[in-house]
Amino acid sequence: MLAFVVRRLLFGVAVVLGVLGILFVLFFQVASPDDIARRALGEKARPDSIEQWKANHGYDRPLWPWQDFEDNLLFHHYSTMLSFDFGASDVDGAPISQRIREGAGPSLALTVPAFAFGLGLAVLLGLFVAFFRETYIDTTGVFLCVLGMSVSILLYIIAGQYLVGKMLRWFPISGFDADPAVLLRFLALPVLISVLSGVGSDVRFYRTVFVEETGRDYVRTARSKGAGEVRVMIRHVLRNSLIPILTRVVLAIPFLFTGSLLLESFFGIPGLGSLTIDAISQNDFATLRVMVFVLSMLFIIGQIATDISYALVDPRVRLE
Amino acid sequence: MAPHVLSNAIVLLLLVAAGFALRFVRGNRMWRDALAQLWRRRRGSLLVIVAFLLVGLLDSVAWTGGQGQDALAAHEARTVIDRLFQGDREASYSAPLADAAFYGGDPLAAPGGHWLGTDILGRDVLHRTLKGARVALMIGGLTSLIAIPLALLFGISAGYFGRRIDDAIFFLISTLASIPSLLLLIALIMALGKGTWQVCLALGITSWVGLCRVTRGETLKLRELDYVQAARALGVSHGRILVRHILPNLMHLVIITFVLMFSQLVLSEAILAYLGIGVDGSWGEMIDQARNELSREPIIWWNIAAAGSAMFTLLLAVNYVGDSLRDILDPRTLRETP
Amino acid sequence: MSAAIEVEGLEVSFPDGRWRVSILDGVDFRVEAGEVLALVGESGCGKSMTALGCMRLIPKPGRIDRGRVLLDGRELLELPVPAMRQVRGAEISMIFQEPMTSLSPVVTVGTQVVEAIRLHEKISVSAARKRVADLFARVGIPDPAERLDAYPHQLSGGLKQRVMIAMALCTQPRVLIADEPTTALDVTIQAQILELMRELQRETGTAILLITHDLGIVNELADRVAVMYAGRIVEEATRHELFRQPRHPYTQGLLRSMPALVAPGEPLHEIAGTVPPPSDWPAGCRFVDRCPRAFDPCAGPAPDFQMLGRGHSAACHALAAEPGE
Repeated sequence: MLAFVVRRLLFGVAVVLGVLGILFVLFFQVASPDDIARRALGEKARPDSIEQWKANHGYDRPLWPWQDFEDNLLFHHYSTMLSFDFGASDVDGAPISQRIREGAGPSLALTVPAFAFGLGLAVLLGLFVAFFRETYIDTTGVFLCVLGMSVSILLYIIAGQYLVGKMLRWFPISGFDADPAVLLRFLALPVLISVLSGVGSDVRFYRTVFVEETGRDYVRTARSKGAGEVRVMIRHVLRNSLIPILTRVVLAIPFLFTGSLLLESFFGIPGLGSLTIDAISQNDFATLRVMVFVLSMLFIIGQIATDISYALVDPRVRLE
Repeated sequence: MAPHVLSNAIVLLLLVAAGFALRFVRGNRMWRDALAQLWRRRRGSLLVIVAFLLVGLLDSVAWTGGQGQDALAAHEARTVIDRLFQGDREASYSAPLADAAFYGGDPLAAPGGHWLGTDILGRDVLHRTLKGARVALMIGGLTSLIAIPLALLFGISAGYFGRRIDDAIFFLISTLASIPSLLLLIALIMALGKGTWQVCLALGITSWVGLCRVTRGETLKLRELDYVQAARALGVSHGRILVRHILPNLMHLVIITFVLMFSQLVLSEAILAYLGIGVDGSWGEMIDQARNELSREPIIWWNIAAAGSAMFTLLLAVNYVGDSLRDILDPRTLRETP
Repeated sequence: MSAAIEVEGLEVSFPDGRWRVSILDGVDFRVEAGEVLALVGESGCGKSMTALGCMRLIPKPGRIDRGRVLLDGRELLELPVPAMRQVRGAEISMIFQEPMTSLSPVVTVGTQVVEAIRLHEKISVSAARKRVADLFARVGIPDPAERLDAYPHQLSGGLKQRVMIAMALCTQPRVLIADEPTTALDVTIQAQILELMRELQRETGTAILLITHDLGIVNELADRVAVMYAGRIVEEATRHELFRQPRHPYTQGLLRSMPALVAPGEPLHEIAGTVPPPSDWPAGCRFVDRCPRAFDPCAGPAPDFQMLGRGHSAACHALAAEPGE
């Protein structure tokens, strides 16, 4: 078990280094410092002002170690990122670390409830539909799921803001507040939309998992010893489906973020999503780099956590 | 070479390829049965897809000249779809089938001629919506053209040759998969620059990983099958085994993945459109532009309704067909039988 | 006297496109208490469906169309679902073919057997565990107390099947249905499991419905044998009678294709063709296409059962045409 964890952690470290490598190639090689400077200053910027901009923002080193072993962007990129010294924004020079710290709270305020509600609802609905497999409830359920999956999240947001915010005036359309009571009203709609937009594909996925499990021999055994259908579903099928559910949950975490990427910007929530979108619109490569790195780190940690929790859920993994 | 010539050549190429594919399907029992079954189950969805394909193709066949009124327009290549919506450009918004402009009430150049109204620049919304079909199909098509060969190449070599190659490719997929896909997509487009090709390339790079995993796993399984082992024992070359035994057994996975991936790609592009880095003329762009129109008083609803329902219809049909295809072609998801 | 379990005219069908196809077409048999009835036939003939039918566990979208299943004279097919649940596992238990997959992989085997007990008896977990440990010892699982906390993947196939047997017998059922209990096991383990079943049966007097395609197992364990072909029972007799004097052409073919029963040097017989799928079953006698003795009446209505002696009956037109015995 310990050997497994250590091996998994080492692989995680390698992947983090790999992600940094990809980022370097993308943001220093494909889009070179000159390109970045030109995007910031405009296409017609004079060469000397480009050089000046590069010097100001720390892009004036050579790229590769073989050009200058002591002082190059590759080593600089790796060492700053790995020491979580994220530097300053390309646009306004504000410290990126501080912005991330400030943005994490609002982001979590949106994603955590959305995630919890969404997961609970999807698993419940999945069990429900799987329980009625091969009946019209099942067919209707699957149809609704596919329907839900075919709608762009943009449409969900726009329609939700229009219907609930403008026509019914139940919730405010956008905003954020530190006061929990006020915040609740601001977050209600984005959480609802987040749950709605994701629930279709989740329910369908869980249904497939559950239906597949209900066909297994041990389910027949459970029935043959007199267990009722509800008991079979919850004690046997759900328990055996935990691994695919767990995998899905971890894989959903970054998608959750991408959903909230739009949600945050639409609903004026000053979180990491808004930060990223601002970085895109302002060509703020420094911030973008850090965002990709930080979120990948979170994702990698999540993956490692899943792999280790497999061992807790599935006794078969423990031996390997 | 003028862009429209290239586009016409591609249409021709696609038609020829479709002909060959059809001949192959007719000659192969498994695929013929699968297609027949699909037709029985999902006739409506298939017809919808064919209709969209037709619109996309008609919007790709272009030529210059024609009845353009001004000299400039006469030199511009226009597609069949463009020629159906000649002239009659309005000044700004008009409601579907309206006789007068939406704001101000000035008479229109083509009263009652805009079935779905016009947008802020006075362009016909039906025309734009139909043109969006080509963009959506192009996003799906170009991306698959990048993603599928990449996924097959890496997936098969990792699964078949194993060891070092597998380790290296597994590391590469793990690394790419560790970057949340939308962020990787954004990062790629920011680095590559905006534009259709760049978006498709970025989508291709982000979406090949999933298929690569599947093909790697399946190849690992196929490699151990008795007949492949037998072929190896008989000294059949690696290339021949790959082409004769491995690749054909992966095709159904490729097709299912492609169909199921398609809707993801179009949905992703819509998000990119909102971020301002999407493809010009896509439905996502139309929806994004329509955002502010809903807050006008009285509201402009036809833009978002047209683009939204066109996208929804296509994706629903594609998702449905993809689902059925998976049921038909992938026996693992088949239900319990007596 | 009512039999431990009695099945009359059991019909089961599955949808196939627009039609329903019969998988079982009027299956009749009875098993007395303390008796072992073997249900024999090629794969696909409906043996397992018969077993599942007795438990009312026919997988969807199949269903029981007609027939009666009597447990000690009580009609099971008309019981409300909760009452049927109380019967399953308590009065009829079942052992399945695949011990590898028939146990939930993520729960300890002890817990699974405890669940079987506690579904039917108000008993504390610790008391149930004690009983399971005793049961494990009785079915020959070494270190029973420790095995309680083992997961299925930590046990061998034979041990898993012993666990299944313990689970089936933990409530002392009237009837035990064993569906190919040894098919998935190694030959040496097979013998041990058969021996165990025979022993337990002698001790408890449970009626056993043994489903198998292996005539060797029938020879070891069965008191009576019912031969099934394409959804119907075609011949029924005591084991002794059946092996000595099989009457139905299908049974004869089956016996002659069995290596142990053919004299050395003689060629092994094989029944031409295979069991057709249910949608292609002939209207009359279903064996007609493969039968060496088929003649005109065989294409007509299905043959009736004929008594051919004490407890021996078969359904075949050729037997009806023979001069009476």
